[in-house]
Amino acid sequence: MQFLALIYAGENQDDVDLETLIAQYQVFDGQAGEAGVLLGGNALEAVSTATSVRVRSGISELTDGPFAETKEQLGGYYLLECKDLDEALGWAAKIPSARYGTIEVRPVMVFDQ
Amino acid sequence: MDSLARIFRAASGQVLASLVYFSRDIQLAEDALQDACEQASKKWPKQGVPENTAAWLHLVAKRKLIDKLRQQHSQQNQHKLQLIEDSLYTLSDTTAETDYEVPDERLRLIFTCCHPALNEAAQVALTLRTLCGLDVREIARAYLSSEAAIGQRITRAKKKIKDAVISYEIPHAEHLNSRLPSVLKVIYLIYNESYSAYEGQSLTRHDLANEAIRLSLLMVKLIPNPEVFGLAALMLFHDSRRLSRSSVIEPYIPLELQNRTLWDQAKIQQADHFIHQALEYKQRGLYQVQAAISALHSKAKSWDATDWVQIQLLYMSLLQLHPSTVVALNLAIAKANGGQLKQAYADVLALSDELNQYQPYHAARGELESRLNLYEQAIESIRRAISLSSNSIERDFLIKKREQLIK
Repeated sequence: MQFLALIYAGENQDDVDLETLIAQYQVFDGQAGEAGVLLGGNALEAVSTATSVRVRSGISELTDGPFAETKEQLGGYYLLECKDLDEALGWAAKIPSARYGTIEVRPVMVFDQ
Repeated sequence: MDSLARIFRAASGQVLASLVYFSRDIQLAEDALQDACEQASKKWPKQGVPENTAAWLHLVAKRKLIDKLRQQHSQQNQHKLQLIEDSLYTLSDTTAETDYEVPDERLRLIFTCCHPALNEAAQVALTLRTLCGLDVREIARAYLSSEAAIGQRITRAKKKIKDAVISYEIPHAEHLNSRLPSVLKVIYLIYNESYSAYEGQSLTRHDLANEAIRLSLLMVKLIPNPEVFGLAALMLFHDSRRLSRSSVIEPYIPLELQNRTLWDQAKIQQADHFIHQALEYKQRGLYQVQAAISALHSKAKSWDATDWVQIQLLYMSLLQLHPSTVVALNLAIAKANGGQLKQAYADVLALSDELNQYQPYHAARGELESRLNLYEQAIESIRRAISLSSNSIERDFLIKKREQLIK
């Protein structure tokens, strides 16, 4: 079962300096990789780089900025392979940003053939 | 409720937990059980009720479940089907009652139903529905909510369990502490539900109380934790008074008038034992404090000899842990019983807005008013309590009280 862990945190909200944080993320990547649950994941550039697009009446409308202006922003994600929600939540709690931000965990939808 | 419905309910928690264990799908399990109950409704009146009704329902429901899983034609179901078919060999409708216990499967199911990924109201509703076999109407009444809202809540909860892949397992040690409070709360609510048997004739629905206590004793074995001990103690203290709460003549006898020699000393001792185990952890908690209050009642030789000062202190402690108007009402009642009648009445009046729809509030208020010789107010309060009461035994008790006041 695949789960997407969405990492929400305020930018510059980190409780440690960037180098330490990166090191902590590397530790997480190592652990999750070794356990065979890590299918993928990435950090995203700052929310100031976001552009949102909507197509209305066939016309693309572009807006500068994220889908929703909130204090905590989507900063990255992991795609995890876990047997159930509890296992996914257990890994999500180990993501370094969980200490000051929020990790939203969602199962990836499975479409029947 | 007719006798068939009663039998179905008594068996439903155990059977459903087992069906969910095999199918990993609450809805499918419920449908299978429903089909089995329908079959029973047709067969039993003609062929007679089987000796072990629960085992009969379990067996038939498992066969229905096999049919349903086969119909789904899913690859995943092959493994489930094998497991169920294997289990059929160990079960027949002549299985002795004592051999028919599936406690661990109920424990699994309660952890699923009380998963923090579900909101609390949904956890409670789902547990009452699946583990206790209450119908939507009864849950709505226990929860002061509408049937439509409860039905929707249960449907949503089942959908979330399925879609979010919430497991049917007892959580690992690392997650246990975050999972425990909701389970305990739900067990206690089940126990309390047994006191408001508005559907049946008897004030205590023993089966529900037993169910809650049994779940709680299982938790004690599985998870030694102060609040787990506290909850078990609390319910056992209450349950020790089961026999004295009613008599042949009086369907409801309040604590004040109970024959204390009827209290079940074995249960009191067991509860005392749990309370002492809880206290060793030195972590105060809601259930432990309430159990301590109940312990003081159990120790008192008579109503008048009760340590009301200590009880007041414990209610204050409870208010700190969990501010609630119902606890504030109980503190006021303890004050009145300790002799501070006027102060208690002032406290009770201050709660009138918040507790206006709460039947025990008006009953307690009427009691205070009659003690203060405010008869007109007392009659009005009891009238209000009667109108809010949905339990015929409780209502009769209040009506008798009102008649005494009018004289």
